[in-house]
Amino acid sequence: MSTMILAILPEILLLVLAVMVLLLDAVWKREQRRRIGWITAAGLVIIAVVSIFAARPGAESELLWGGMIRHDWLSFIFKMLFLFAGAATVLLAMDVQNLGERGEFYVLMLASIIGMNFMASATNLIMLYLAIETTSIPLYILAGFMTRDEKSTESGFKYLLFGALSSTVMLYGFSLLFGFTGTTDLAQLASVVTAGEVPLGALIGSLGLIMVGFAFKISAFPFHFWAPDVYEGAPTPVAGFLSTASKAAGFAVLVRFFMTTFPGDDIMPFWVGIITVISVLTMTFGNAVALAQKNIKRMLAYSSIAHAGYALIGVVAFSEFGLGSVVYYLFAYVLTNLAAFGVVVIYWRIVCSDDISSYAGLSRRSPGLALAMLVAFLSLAGMPPLGGFVAKVFVFAAAVQSNLIWLAFVGVLNSIVGLYYYLTVLKVVYLYRSEDENKPLPVTRSQTIALAVLCAGIIVVGTVFGPWFGLSSAAASAIFHF
Amino acid sequence: MQFPILSIIVFTPIIAGMLILLMPGERKNEIRLMALAASLIALVLSIWVYFTYDVGAGGYQFVERAEWLPALGISYIVGVDGVNAPLVLLTGIVMFTGVLISWGLDDRPREFFGFLFILATGVFGVFVAQDLFMLIFFYEIAVFPMFLLIAIWGWKVTREYAAMKLTLYLFIGSVIALVGALAMYYNSPVQTFDMFQLSQAGFSTQFQRLWFPFVFFGFAVLGGIFPFHNWSPDGHVAAPTAVSMFHAGVLMKLGAFAALRVGIMLLPEGAEYWRWLILILALVNVVYGAFIAMVQTDFKYVIGFSSVSHMGLVMLGFATLSPEGLTGAGLQMFSHGVMTALFFAVVGMVYDRAHTREINELGGFSKKMPLVAIAFIVGGLVSMGMPGLSGFIAEFPIFMGVWKTEPIIAIIAAISIVVTASYIIRIIGKVFFGKMPEEFEHHIGDVTVLDKVALVLLSAVMITIGIYPAVMVPLVDSGVQQVLRLFGGG
Repeated sequence: MSTMILAILPEILLLVLAVMVLLLDAVWKREQRRRIGWITAAGLVIIAVVSIFAARPGAESELLWGGMIRHDWLSFIFKMLFLFAGAATVLLAMDVQNLGERGEFYVLMLASIIGMNFMASATNLIMLYLAIETTSIPLYILAGFMTRDEKSTESGFKYLLFGALSSTVMLYGFSLLFGFTGTTDLAQLASVVTAGEVPLGALIGSLGLIMVGFAFKISAFPFHFWAPDVYEGAPTPVAGFLSTASKAAGFAVLVRFFMTTFPGDDIMPFWVGIITVISVLTMTFGNAVALAQKNIKRMLAYSSIAHAGYALIGVVAFSEFGLGSVVYYLFAYVLTNLAAFGVVVIYWRIVCSDDISSYAGLSRRSPGLALAMLVAFLSLAGMPPLGGFVAKVFVFAAAVQSNLIWLAFVGVLNSIVGLYYYLTVLKVVYLYRSEDENKPLPVTRSQTIALAVLCAGIIVVGTVFGPWFGLSSAAASAIFHF
Repeated sequence: MQFPILSIIVFTPIIAGMLILLMPGERKNEIRLMALAASLIALVLSIWVYFTYDVGAGGYQFVERAEWLPALGISYIVGVDGVNAPLVLLTGIVMFTGVLISWGLDDRPREFFGFLFILATGVFGVFVAQDLFMLIFFYEIAVFPMFLLIAIWGWKVTREYAAMKLTLYLFIGSVIALVGALAMYYNSPVQTFDMFQLSQAGFSTQFQRLWFPFVFFGFAVLGGIFPFHNWSPDGHVAAPTAVSMFHAGVLMKLGAFAALRVGIMLLPEGAEYWRWLILILALVNVVYGAFIAMVQTDFKYVIGFSSVSHMGLVMLGFATLSPEGLTGAGLQMFSHGVMTALFFAVVGMVYDRAHTREINELGGFSKKMPLVAIAFIVGGLVSMGMPGLSGFIAEFPIFMGVWKTEPIIAIIAAISIVVTASYIIRIIGKVFFGKMPEEFEHHIGDVTVLDKVALVLLSAVMITIGIYPAVMVPLVDSGVQQVLRLFGGG
């Protein structure tokens, strides 16, 4: 009994926090509501700390709640990552006008984190689908949160339409899979598939449909096209959250679904083949299109598409180390991209522009913020001593280990293209001048905290590998030896 | 537990750089003093390492080891031998003189020294690294600050173009070498990045021949090897003075050194298989670089292409795989580093005063800045390989080595000496002597004391080695013996 509670302890606490936030929102006056941000962020950190001490999974992973969820290191690590990303997003968002002083923003964030947590642990198709929807629906609303702003409304609506469509296709895939195998449980599915009773063609067909939904979540080619429009219109903190936590949740689902259910020799080459193609196209396309962007949010959107492609290299390697490298990549990527979006949030709050050209003079106007941007963008580009470098080395190493040297080359060539456009932005920040460069650029305390923690995190992940690598290996071994 | 002197050398610059970045930007003098102090510490310690290295014992000394990521066989290992000890010293010298020369820089000195020192840590790290992962880690640390240093403080006309070109070239090289490094890692019997163990890995001949070009040329891009040298003159010209000094003086050696340490030393059979290609490409570097330098009209481009030419001699020395050639290459890395740092310092001083680098518009500078003229002449003589200076000590063995293996190549390469003499003498004649144009007569003064200290220091090093080669030759020789042992000779 107690293990069942412990397995969903973070989610229970999240629900408590969400209810508390709703109550405070009703009680407090409008001017006070900004403080809900502090409470939510602190609550998320406390939940993470409590879970780390009380609800850590054991060495053996457990199947609980009637086989609906699995309590293992993979799910636990992802849950902590979502809590962290949520806290950082809340801190960045709480001083954004029309966002931070509205209690429902925090409630929706918490609701979507609950959904993500279940995405990371679900081991049943039904549960999986419910978790994905629990995550997505609050995010649709959050993307369109600025109801007075046409772009935000458009963004929310676009996200909703594309999201609904892709999840319908995915659901169709799930139902086909259920029809062919007679079960929705991933472990049973695996044994039915291994027994070879299901025609291969039918399996591949359903996997293709399911892949549509997953590819949408991680914004992989060819289901990436929503990302730039949605990121551009959505409130920037939400865009940051979408591009990090939501994407990481997509990866958690993807690796668990494919790696535990279809590791068999007859089916594995097919889905690995599909993901290989997706990976190559995703990073190449994302990087190529990012080159042409003039708006920083759109550029970050295409860059985050490209990063999904790099992370998929680790999935394609299909090895324990490969999976570990994906998890490591996501650690570094979540920190880095949150920091990058954080800078955009802070800058937009004062300057009200997302054009890359409006970043001219930033280094003279606010050297600290420029430095944070330097750290974030160089980490995205994969430069040491920042997190992005090691993460890239690990996924490329996983590819070389699995004799996919050509894929490692595709990856490194892509990272050169990436470097080009990240440096272009840094050039604007450090080199170009603007008339406003003597105006102050106030950064609020919550934003300073969030950005400082994120930048420190980027450097720590990039220099002290041991603990993070230990965690990602633990997550990987949860899939490969359960 | 011995005193971790190499680690202190490696991390002093980056720690100082971080502290500088956190200082308030208006306190420019404190920032400069901090930079000077940090570079002085690094210089003193590198001199200490250089002179306490026990040549008789040989091998790697001052070795420090620490686990970094044991699960993947990544460790932090540093050590110096006869090949890299001079390079550590070189970095210390160039860093110190670079700070002296940039004293007058007024646009955001905080960021300038901050980035420059991050770069310096990368450079020191690569030179002392004995772990392949660590080497690549520091190598890339050395690449990216360059972009900002050139793009922000560089020559306005070409800085953006040159900075991007340079960064992309170097990054392409380094990531290709990275894939090669990963291939080595997975093909060695023990999965480790430790280069001591990798050199015992016994890679198959086929593997070595396949991967050698990736690793060697990946790093050699930074060494300026033809046809990947194109970034270098543009980069050097666009960079601000201290960065040009660092770049041509130290970073190009970084590429050559990494190509030697990883390419030639870990994949010796590959090196033997591909050496003809390196010989030919390096020959092109030497001769073509010299001819292009000769026809340049921009003072700084002359020096930029002369670097390409002289780095070709280093590669030529590597490709001989003979004791003379390698010793010469090792000495040439040091000698050229000091010489070219001096050249770029002089170019910077002239340009800061005349605001032009067109050789035909300059003249008569020896009257206004006699010490600069003397220093340039010393550097010029080194560049021509005059006996009694470090250039001779370095280049003569290279030609001997090449002569022993391929006499024809030695003969063709020797053309470069004549060409070098012609462009150096032309500069000395035009810029420092000749008639000073009217417009410069009045507003041009002498250089500052700090500039003079830097020039004297650089010249003194070159003269000392020229007159008393025993201060460096046996050391490099001991390092080279270690390399040759990998080829069954020595």
